Amino acid sequence: MSVHDTAEPNRRDFLYIATGAVGAVGALAAVWPFIDQMNPDAATLALAEIDVDVSQVAEGQSITAKWRGKPIFIRHRTAKEVEEAKAVDLGDLKDPVARNANLPADAPATDTNRATGGGAQPAGGEGAGAGEGMSQSREQWLVMVGVCTHLGCIPLGQSGPYDGWFCPCHGSAYDTAGRIRQGPAPENMAIPPYAFTTDTNIRIG
Amino acid sequence: MKKLLPALLAAGLAFAPLSFARAQDGQEPAQNAASSEEAAAGQDAGAEAAEEGHAETPHYPLKHPEQLSWSFAGPFGHWDVGQLQRGLKVYKEVCSACHGMRLVAFRNLDDLGYSEEQVKAFAAEYTVQDGPNGDGEMFDRPGIPSDYFPSPFPNPEAAAAANNGAAPPDFSLLAKARAVTRGFPTFLFDLGTQYQEAGPDYIHALLTGYGQEPPAAVEPLIQPGTYYNPYFISGPALAMPPPIADDQVEYPDGSPQTVDQYSRDVAAFMMWAAEPHLAERKATGFVAMIFLVVFAGLLFVVKRRVWAGTPH
Amino acid sequence: MQWLDARLPLPRLVYDSFVAYPVPRNLNYAYTFGGILALFLGVQILTGVVLAMHYAANSAIAFDSVEKIMRDVNWGWLLRYMHANGASFFFIAVYVHIFRGLYYGSYKAPREILWILGVIIFLLMMATAFMGYVLPWGQMSFWGATVITGFFTAFPLVGDPIQQLLLGGFAVDNATLNRFFSLHYLLPFMIAGVVILHVWALHVTGQTNPTGVEVKSSKDTVPFSPHATVKDGFAMVVFLVFFAYMVFYMPNYLGHADNYVEANPLKTPSHIVPEWYFLPFYAMLRAITFNIGPIDSKLGGVLVMFGSIIVLFFLPWLDTSRIRSTAFRPLYRIFFWILVADSIFLGWLGSQPAEGIYPTLALIGTIYYFGHFLIILPVLGLVETPRRLPGSITEAVLARNAGGGTPAHAAAAPETKG
Repeated sequence: MSVHDTAEPNRRDFLYIATGAVGAVGALAAVWPFIDQMNPDAATLALAEIDVDVSQVAEGQSITAKWRGKPIFIRHRTAKEVEEAKAVDLGDLKDPVARNANLPADAPATDTNRATGGGAQPAGGEGAGAGEGMSQSREQWLVMVGVCTHLGCIPLGQSGPYDGWFCPCHGSAYDTAGRIRQGPAPENMAIPPYAFTTDTNIRIG
Repeated sequence: MKKLLPALLAAGLAFAPLSFARAQDGQEPAQNAASSEEAAAGQDAGAEAAEEGHAETPHYPLKHPEQLSWSFAGPFGHWDVGQLQRGLKVYKEVCSACHGMRLVAFRNLDDLGYSEEQVKAFAAEYTVQDGPNGDGEMFDRPGIPSDYFPSPFPNPEAAAAANNGAAPPDFSLLAKARAVTRGFPTFLFDLGTQYQEAGPDYIHALLTGYGQEPPAAVEPLIQPGTYYNPYFISGPALAMPPPIADDQVEYPDGSPQTVDQYSRDVAAFMMWAAEPHLAERKATGFVAMIFLVVFAGLLFVVKRRVWAGTPH
Repeated sequence: MQWLDARLPLPRLVYDSFVAYPVPRNLNYAYTFGGILALFLGVQILTGVVLAMHYAANSAIAFDSVEKIMRDVNWGWLLRYMHANGASFFFIAVYVHIFRGLYYGSYKAPREILWILGVIIFLLMMATAFMGYVLPWGQMSFWGATVITGFFTAFPLVGDPIQQLLLGGFAVDNATLNRFFSLHYLLPFMIAGVVILHVWALHVTGQTNPTGVEVKSSKDTVPFSPHATVKDGFAMVVFLVFFAYMVFYMPNYLGHADNYVEANPLKTPSHIVPEWYFLPFYAMLRAITFNIGPIDSKLGGVLVMFGSIIVLFFLPWLDTSRIRSTAFRPLYRIFFWILVADSIFLGWLGSQPAEGIYPTLALIGTIYYFGHFLIILPVLGLVETPRRLPGSITEAVLARNAGGGTPAHAAAAPETKG
């Protein structure tokens, strides 16, 4: 490879290197299908939407729906729970971000932002005022992926020190808006993309 | 003595190649005739030969399908999206009354050039059973893209009962599940021509093959309630009545509304349903082949270099 | 490296076996198929393990799970077509490899064990391929399984209990599918194990070569790397070109349309045909249409079919010739090519319906097949006058390079064009 070598060895070296490089590229390209096959397949990725009828869910009751293999908690919160959640100072929160798929990634974790779906509501979320008009009437509805953000257990509802959810696995406690308040979990429970298609029907996905 | 024994052995075995040659001559004339056919003209000769050669038990199909040219044939095969859309229309308005397509989902229709909204609207035209709901009941709802095409009958038994005992086959794989034997030596030439379209050719031939007069030798073999079709792969006649007529389906793009065109379109559509990744496969193959040939060339040069000083 | 070598001499083993290992300098391209087979064993295991991540071995959903692989799994169509066509190319390579062994006398002393291990690998391959073909649970899968497990019913008394034991029921069903999947996953690793023994035995005795003259001095050999590595590598890539052609352009050419119809235990397809690589054996099975003394035709067919492979085990002792390479046996060379033609002929007969003249022709072909091994091979060795052997490999090579082409090279030509 040295510049002092004669032309002949250089050409030979180049040939060997080029062949090796082509072979390496080919091997890498051939490996990709073997790795990519492990990713979710087309059926799994398909626009998985579910419609949930919530007309039978009275105040203070919850139902659990299944979406993408995970439980979705749909809770009709009591006025007291909403109030409790609103009263929390954002500075007290362990995770100050709303974690709401319907809002920008940096939306703050106010109760309003936690209980806001997509669809008919005005998009955006500069602050607590966003989506006021419609979400006000639906602020009692909390729709979230019922999976503890610590290691994936399903928290128990209406228990724990913050009247919200409590994960029995490692003791993470969530408040009435599903925000992490205590314990090892790092984030608030996720809000999936959802929207009210009618007053009593929620479309998740 | 020492020389005699091998000579005898060799003489005895000289007959082996002879019998081989004879076997080839005696081979089904229908297939040989069909192999040379390029156009419809060859077909009748093939059929006649078949009838002559096997008067007692005819070999099915009586006639070999005509070889059509398809956009998805060959190394650069691709889908003719307009044709697939027409085929889907024919399937939906005619075939789907009896034939299911249970492995194809509505979401797959975006391959046919439809937008997400169009697919959603198309799916919603179908009613899909879902459930159980909170009360444990099954319920009907409009289809969504992740649903599969609903089958017209709940199970094969119901399908058979409603259709004179012959269950209409599902369309999902039919274009790959039907192939008329190509015979020697055609199947060797197919290696070079990449002929893989036996399924659509057969479907087109079958759909356009109704309404012919059965030859006298075949007529007694036709069961009552079946329809003579010389292209049918496993008998002289099949339980399906002629399924489609001219002008039965309206084509918005102005293509001819004939049975021939309908058959081509639905056969192409069925090929897509059976092998949705066909075009992607061939395109990938082109890159893979170029790579392998180049790599082989480089290795050959390297090999010559390495062995240059070594007589071998 | 030295640290490791002192504790586990793996680097030394690899160096001795695949770098410094001396190979005869006159090997032609027919000798590259061993490497190609190793490559394809790897391809099959790799694609197989990956397919098993998506396949469901349950008779209710097996067919649909394969279709899910073809339609929904990322690159699933490629992986499945590679696996299906890979089996065929595995057999193409193994047949070239076997016939190369026959031509150059690779089974003769001192390589008997090497040869027998090879026949065992071939048997394991056949079992693996057969069980793998059942897994997609199409019509051919199901009826192939029914017919082949039916072989065992040919044996008197123990036949039926053995068949029920194999099937786990009275007919091919879910239990059969499950155990076939389990064994199909296991056997390739057993093959890999026997391959290691096969290569070990090879490296003890050294390779044969087109002249059949043993290596006499280091002048007769070249080091494995880079000489054999680059030659094998080139042959592998050329073989892969043909493989890719089939996978990407004609993936269903070697398969059967009926296997795209889901298994139906109540309806047999009109022609049951095994995969092409079993066709010669299938023809021999069907060739016996008559009773031989106390052996009825069914048992006779099964015995003949199994016998056609069993006979290979005894090949080292059936061949009485002291000359190793067919290149120097002018008479045997004719019979060798007749055997090749006979095998292809039997394969073609196996694909034809069992009617008319075909069973008779199959019987002739079968008789010749056994005649080759049981009569021609022992007798010919005693009566044939071989050509003069070269003194050494180097002498043969130099003589040819000097301009006089030897038969060794000419005879190998049809196989080398890969």
